[in-house]
Amino acid sequence: MNFKGNVWKFGDDVSTDAIIPGKYKFDTLDMDKLARHTMEGIDPNFYDKIEEGDLIVSGKNFGCGSSREQAPLVIKHSGISCVLAEGFSRIFYRNSINVGLPILEVPGISDKVEEGDNLSVDIEEGKIVNLTKDEEYKAEPLPDSMLEVLLSGGLSNYIKKHGGFEWDTK
Amino acid sequence: MPKTIAEKILSRASDQDLEAGDYAFADIDLAMANDITAPLAVDAFNEIAEEVWDPDKIIIPLDHQAPADSIQAADNQKKLRKFAKEQNTTFYDVGEGICHQLMLENHVKPGQLVIGADSHTCTYGALGAFATGVGSTDMGAAFASGKLWFKVPETIKVTLEGKLPDYVGPKDVILMLAGEIGASGALYQALEFTGPTIEKMSIAGRATLCNMAIEMGGKTGLVATDEKTKEYTGSNREIEPDEEADYIEEKHYDVSNLEPKIAAPHEVDNVKDISEVEGTELDQVFIGSCTNGRYQDLKKAAEILGERKFSNEVRTIIVPASRKVNKKLMEEDIIEKFMDAGAIVQSPCCGPCMGSSFGLLGEGEVGLATSNRNFKGREGSPKARVYLSSPMVAAESAIKGEITDPRKNQK
Repeated sequence: MNFKGNVWKFGDDVSTDAIIPGKYKFDTLDMDKLARHTMEGIDPNFYDKIEEGDLIVSGKNFGCGSSREQAPLVIKHSGISCVLAEGFSRIFYRNSINVGLPILEVPGISDKVEEGDNLSVDIEEGKIVNLTKDEEYKAEPLPDSMLEVLLSGGLSNYIKKHGGFEWDTK
Repeated sequence: MPKTIAEKILSRASDQDLEAGDYAFADIDLAMANDITAPLAVDAFNEIAEEVWDPDKIIIPLDHQAPADSIQAADNQKKLRKFAKEQNTTFYDVGEGICHQLMLENHVKPGQLVIGADSHTCTYGALGAFATGVGSTDMGAAFASGKLWFKVPETIKVTLEGKLPDYVGPKDVILMLAGEIGASGALYQALEFTGPTIEKMSIAGRATLCNMAIEMGGKTGLVATDEKTKEYTGSNREIEPDEEADYIEEKHYDVSNLEPKIAAPHEVDNVKDISEVEGTELDQVFIGSCTNGRYQDLKKAAEILGERKFSNEVRTIIVPASRKVNKKLMEEDIIEKFMDAGAIVQSPCCGPCMGSSFGLLGEGEVGLATSNRNFKGREGSPKARVYLSSPMVAAESAIKGEITDPRKNQK
């Protein structure tokens, strides 16, 4: 799973209310429609500015707050290819894997990357190359079981493929 | 090996000897999803199964956009009524109350493993249950299988001692802790609340504390069982940590001189003593939510109110957390008192808390709420500002039209 795109930068503690504000989140289950409001709590024009394949880079605790799965879903449907952050909130992390939004924890990334930098990302290897700055960063590897769910396109697809979802947890 | 409460419950539920850091599949005792998360959970479920694992253990309350505030919400709710009927699950229609309050009142027992498709599911730790929020896809998988994978969290032990001063309550304690620990200070960890202050605290107060564990990134909040838990739940099951249990951190606080606390815009951990924000003019005050919409909370607000009136300059919105709470308040004429004082009293639901149903704030407006989050754009316009407080501070401030210390008027 490889991606290449330009960076949109955000700070620490980006909440799910910022990712998809309450006044939109539940009116429709059509994620392509909802995706037009992605990150609207912070940047009302975000959806219009991004190109297919662009990446979000953020600080610690990305996706904090509500458990709404609409948050990773709208990011995925907006055309953002993956989210790289210093850290994620627990529920957002789980939801992202479950809906097939690629995410990686990359220590120190917000200090190293500027908005607009062109990055290439290898999810399996956890390797990020900053093509603008000619630098390389290492992500915390995803546990194998989660990587497999992600590569299947999310938990529902994984279960359909495997007929169940128990894996070796030890 | 000595265990924390989290290690004990997850070991029991997975039939393995677990410690913090272990991953395990565990059997779920109760699974709850509400009107905003259940529609996606039903979609996920329909992709993988036809029949739910155990209809008695699945609970679907409609509380976030209740009664329906848009045609789309009405359609979503129609879908959930149909699903609940077909699958024979437990179902609470609009007007019954906030999902977390209904779970406390009617379902959760000590020692259970409970998941909810709502981040404030951690509230049920007040009853000695391990309860945590998950997303809709996890919930759909749980509807089908009754199982889910968990990472056993490390635990921070928070010991509280001292008698809370007058006009200072559990909300002030948890806001103080949010300020101390920070929005991600307990990420992936459980918070165990213990000590003499907790022993004296009502189940409602304990629920206020556990409710906001998530605001520090926590996986859940937990309180050991005692006589109060037995009386509330009717269960004799006892859950407490082992004496030699291993904690990642131990924190001690004496609350006997605690000041009323306020979380200022736009982060829950932006916590200040009330004196720092006193006099901030308000457009709206909301008293309610899964944090502070219980009988004890609204009774405290009524005591502060006394025979006075709420300010005409402020919209005071009061929403009891459940039908049971509402009825008890009515029996004691507290609802009538709120109405006479000029408040808008709504039927039990989440209310303005997450800004989807009613009571939204406009551009530049300032709100004070007893709920749990003040993130930008949550309770209305991204250009509105929201402060969080206890019900006592909220009531006094709604009377004065500005953030006001309730201790001043009463002395």
